[in-house]
Amino acid sequence: MRRFLRPGHDPVRERLKRDLFQFNKTVEHGFPHQPSALGYSPFLRLMAIGTRSGAIKLYGAPGVEFMGLHEENNTVMQIHFLPDQCQLVTLLDDNSLHLWSLKQHGGASELREEHRFTLKGPPGSPPSATQVTAVLPHSSREVLYLGTESGNIFVVELPSFRVLEDRTISPEAVLQRIPEDNCNRRSCELVEALREHPKNPDQILIGYSRGLIVLWDLQNNKATHHFLGSQQLENLYWQRDGSKFISCHYDGSYSQWPVSSDNRQPEPLENTVPYGPFPCKAISKIYWQTTKNGLPYIIFQGGMPRASYGDRHSISVIHGSQQTAFDFTSRVIDFFIIFSSDPAAEFDDPSALVVLAEEELVVIDLKSAGWPAVHPPYLASLHCSAITCSHHVSNIPLKLWERIISAGSKQNIHYSSMPWPIDGGTNIAPDPPQRDLLLTGHEDGTVRFWDASGVCLHLLYKLSTVRVFLTDADPNDNMNTLGEDEWPPLRKVGTFDPYSDDPRLGIQKIYLCKYSGYLAVAGTAGQVLVMELNDEDAEHVVDHAEADLLQDQEGYRWKGHEKLKTREGPVRFEAGFQPFVLVQCQPPAVVTSLALHSEWKLVAFGTSHGFGLFDHQQKRLVFVKCTLHPSDQLALEGPLSRVKSLKKSLRQSFRRIRRSRVSSRKRRGGGGNASEVQEANAKFDQDALQEMELAPVQRKIEARSAEDSFTGFVRTLYFADTFLRDSSRHCPSLWAGTNGGTVYAFCLRVPPAERRMDEPVRAEQAKEIQLMHRAPVVGILVLDGRSTPLPEPLEVAHDLSKSPDMQGSHQLLVVSEEQFKVFTLPKVSSKLKLKLTALEGCRVRKVTVANFGSCKTDDYSENDLAVLTNLGDIQIISLPFLKLQIRYPCIRKEDVSGIASCVFTKYGQGFYLISPSEFERFSLSTKWLVEPRCIVDMPEVTSNNHVHNKSGTENAARKSSPGDYGEDERKSGRLMEHALLNDEKVLKEIQSTLEGGR
Amino acid sequence: EFRRFSLERSKPGKFEEFYGLLQHVHKIPNVDVLVGYTDIHGDLLPINNDDNYHKAVSTANPLLRIFIQRKEDADYSAFGTDTMTRKKNVLSNVLRPDNHKKKPHIVISMPQDFRPVSSIIDVDILPETHRRVRLYKYGTDKPLGFYIRDGSSVRVTPHGLEKVPGIFISRLVPGGLAQSTGLLAVNDEVLEVNGIEVSGKSLDQVTDMMIANSRNLIITVRPANQRNNVVRNSRTSGSSGQSTESSLPSSTPNMLGSLLQGEEESDEEDIIIEDSGEPQQIPKAAPTSESIESLSQIELLHESAQNGFLPSSEMNLNHSTGSISMEYEVPDPGRKSLEEDGTIITL
Repeated sequence: MRRFLRPGHDPVRERLKRDLFQFNKTVEHGFPHQPSALGYSPFLRLMAIGTRSGAIKLYGAPGVEFMGLHEENNTVMQIHFLPDQCQLVTLLDDNSLHLWSLKQHGGASELREEHRFTLKGPPGSPPSATQVTAVLPHSSREVLYLGTESGNIFVVELPSFRVLEDRTISPEAVLQRIPEDNCNRRSCELVEALREHPKNPDQILIGYSRGLIVLWDLQNNKATHHFLGSQQLENLYWQRDGSKFISCHYDGSYSQWPVSSDNRQPEPLENTVPYGPFPCKAISKIYWQTTKNGLPYIIFQGGMPRASYGDRHSISVIHGSQQTAFDFTSRVIDFFIIFSSDPAAEFDDPSALVVLAEEELVVIDLKSAGWPAVHPPYLASLHCSAITCSHHVSNIPLKLWERIISAGSKQNIHYSSMPWPIDGGTNIAPDPPQRDLLLTGHEDGTVRFWDASGVCLHLLYKLSTVRVFLTDADPNDNMNTLGEDEWPPLRKVGTFDPYSDDPRLGIQKIYLCKYSGYLAVAGTAGQVLVMELNDEDAEHVVDHAEADLLQDQEGYRWKGHEKLKTREGPVRFEAGFQPFVLVQCQPPAVVTSLALHSEWKLVAFGTSHGFGLFDHQQKRLVFVKCTLHPSDQLALEGPLSRVKSLKKSLRQSFRRIRRSRVSSRKRRGGGGNASEVQEANAKFDQDALQEMELAPVQRKIEARSAEDSFTGFVRTLYFADTFLRDSSRHCPSLWAGTNGGTVYAFCLRVPPAERRMDEPVRAEQAKEIQLMHRAPVVGILVLDGRSTPLPEPLEVAHDLSKSPDMQGSHQLLVVSEEQFKVFTLPKVSSKLKLKLTALEGCRVRKVTVANFGSCKTDDYSENDLAVLTNLGDIQIISLPFLKLQIRYPCIRKEDVSGIASCVFTKYGQGFYLISPSEFERFSLSTKWLVEPRCIVDMPEVTSNNHVHNKSGTENAARKSSPGDYGEDERKSGRLMEHALLNDEKVLKEIQSTLEGGR
Repeated sequence: EFRRFSLERSKPGKFEEFYGLLQHVHKIPNVDVLVGYTDIHGDLLPINNDDNYHKAVSTANPLLRIFIQRKEDADYSAFGTDTMTRKKNVLSNVLRPDNHKKKPHIVISMPQDFRPVSSIIDVDILPETHRRVRLYKYGTDKPLGFYIRDGSSVRVTPHGLEKVPGIFISRLVPGGLAQSTGLLAVNDEVLEVNGIEVSGKSLDQVTDMMIANSRNLIITVRPANQRNNVVRNSRTSGSSGQSTESSLPSSTPNMLGSLLQGEEESDEEDIIIEDSGEPQQIPKAAPTSESIESLSQIELLHESAQNGFLPSSEMNLNHSTGSISMEYEVPDPGRKSLEEDGTIITL
């Protein structure tokens, strides 16, 4: 019966809905979580990154990116582009090989998996016989050489992956040519490296783990030379002319070997331990790059003195007398050198060093003096300090945009001016429709401004709030990297720094007014900063005020952290956003809501104790309101702080676990210590899971009562010019919603502009609404006489919005976690409601008003509510009738951090974290869709294959176009998330117990 | 002592008058008494207001047998259903108060102070194996007091028997509302929450649905113990059918079903305090206060979709408004907390 009565079966509306709404996961921004392999094609000028969850991502010129996912979700161990092809081969940790191709389809290139293959040994042979350790795609493009643990080298035909058994190079065949006294069967165990001769494709160099190196003639099927290394081999590298090669070893040494026809068993020309004489760590990879001036670049990973610098993640570059050991912030996964790829060129002439570390990508310019870093246009490490909040501002006015970029460029002077060296492919997406900013707040007290207009999330400007405060670690002390010892010549590179000096500095709320350039930022210790954009450096005193949110509440003791100490006297600020007002809440609890009205020059802030209003023009506190329920008092004094800290510590310890897992999961064959940690973690996982299974999963059914804790917690603040008291006069008002389902409305009197400094702003409580269902209020909104949400401050003044209808009657929309309710104003009577939780058992986590335009006609658009629920579903609910329009599953419900991080844009897009370092971008709109669309030229038409988009930051955006391209992207997006799921089981469990604790 | 007197069936007058008449007939003008009568089923039911007085008079067949007890030593437990079978006992209780020693009972308040705590509803439209229980939650004095868990149940499907996931009651809190009703038990399978099927929903979703509906929770269960099921053969039983604690005497089960809607509407009225004045219940935005149609079309449609009932007729809603007052406690000015301070505004 219900089925027939379900509303929303109007065919006209249904058709319109199809023109308005569409769900797509479009692109992943940021740095891949747990990268595990790196590959580069000098031919395509594309870089490939593989991850532990089986994803493979290709990057070229800004805007050129592709993503693929191995169905198995296994760790990608190696990536090899096939020479002069749009193809690559991946090796996974399950020993499977996968062939991927870039093919053009519908005008754009796509990454597709073409074949998969697992090497099978003869029946009865041990698994190690076919365990692939080295892969060499031969320049003939016809075969792959696969070195194995057993020492056998198998040859497989491409693209069919047919094993050519007669061409297998067995250890026995190799040993036939080598004098018995030097070698035995064990010398040929485990192929460590396979390298094709740079000039003669019929010769390959085979390096075995125990140190034996053999030059093999493929034509005659015999070893022509052999080289006896005394140390365990790590890697090999041919010099460009093929007259010499380099081997690097486990003891931190490297050797140079001559290859000539007269000596079939030469001794090394040179054997060096660069960081000797004390025992050193292994050099795991080495490059020897020739230059015109004769001085080679020797670039190698590792080799640090074991005792004092064994823990460093370093890559050393030696060029003549210059030597630098780049010291990375996290483990180095792999690196490559960009050098002249023209086969006719006589020298390598390296231009850039590209290093994939576990937490960031670092590119070093080898052409410029001092070897500066290059600012990457993509793959930004969002998590250089953990993200604590985000805020999105759509459609930034050009003026503000330019000022932010200019402030940012002053911060980036230490970067190289070299154009981005990885520039393959062509971005064919249209220019982004508008300038969008994504602001992320971080644990270390910084706010980062990202260009979120297109496919490449690009850092524009970084703001630090730390300067305002006195902290234990003075920021000036951190700058002196010269304090390092002279030897080894270490130099820190990279920005990843997850360790916060003081967690109180963490940013919790951000509000930017794009018209005035006012920025309000609030943090963990109750600090609220109001800032103004200044194009020059300046030194000034920050006005400081304190807001006692407890007012006359007696006998209350705050047991949390202390408030931050402020710096006395004037502070020097660099160009950009400069704070001029600091309000500190007392008690210094975390700021839970923030609103800024740039026209009235007011800032409102709320914590778990109450909220306040500050006039940042007159620099005067207007009022504070304590929201603590009288019966809460006891709870807050006593056990609450403990409850809170327990939850917090659980969460923190979990975060720690996750972090340690991130950093401890090393490639197989890594340090012994790592595997121990890994084991311990695995044990912890298992124990935790077992514990979960034993505990009966049951949920208590109990009504929320007024005495529940956290009822005073201010969840939302909202400024509105509306009819609060009577229907004839509208006035400025401030609305606040609490966790206990209470809405407070204050009538404000803001003096007119000409007397703004002379008369005080006054506020008076006008209304207080108690929702009987007592669910936390997460959103408050006033709709004007046309049922349109009121415009943002200054929006009308800038002619960017119609002025609100002040004739008809206004309506108040209150969104709680459980219900949507519309009330009339000024007399509050209930008009409409949607009881979401009672109907569907889901709760509102995020809600925002979004404007949806029709893809069919330019003149139709409407405002709806975009809602994210605790189940990870996104629902679109119409305004003002509160009818559910459509629902899309978006985030896994177990992914609590993903749901918590979600931020919607004003035009129906959104972002959420799929890992600590990656935002997934999605779109609910048919009209606004930002996704990569690019072409990689095929080899046949390759004479001019390096045409690339010069405009680094102009990226892809595409209006919806039909075709299966989007479908594929979406599918892979989902799979990607699924892949990440494997790793977050414990998160899920712990979070669900936290959630279930209610 | 017994008295016999006559009343005009068509014009019974008000309860007040009748009460006065009784006091007069028995010559006990200043003694507080409790008035009861036996209905056609022999149940002993109270007479304490116009409604049940009229009901008593209209159903008298032809004799209306009335029992009068002194208020101070009244045996409240005597009232209720199935008193027919206990009739002797009832009478002996009434006549010989010394029997109380045998089985001391808990003295609760006057019947007019009763409010419903729980009820079985929609008996006529549900399969006999199911039970729809309504729990009335007032204030915070008594917890709802139960837990639910995941489990699996066996369903008959076109493909034969199939094991499907289900939600079950896992624990009853001693002294909680759920336990005290006796209508819910551990291992009862939860099928619906306020008219919404729970199949396909997770434990957390069902938890949230129940909590969201906690002020007026209606759960449909398949009791683990199927032996106490309602046997539905006497449709004529009317008010005091088999549902043990149904305390809305004038409604047939069918009407109870419709009542859900109206009451659900009313029991969640939010409260507004204007200019720091008195808290008031937020009224419905309606052009005219009497007209039921004033609820906008959208609202009706919406609500009906919610509860699975057709948009209710005017009469049904009138019923519901009539019963609203029963749901509210008498305003107590001494109370501090906001939500219990509200004066009641009905349509």
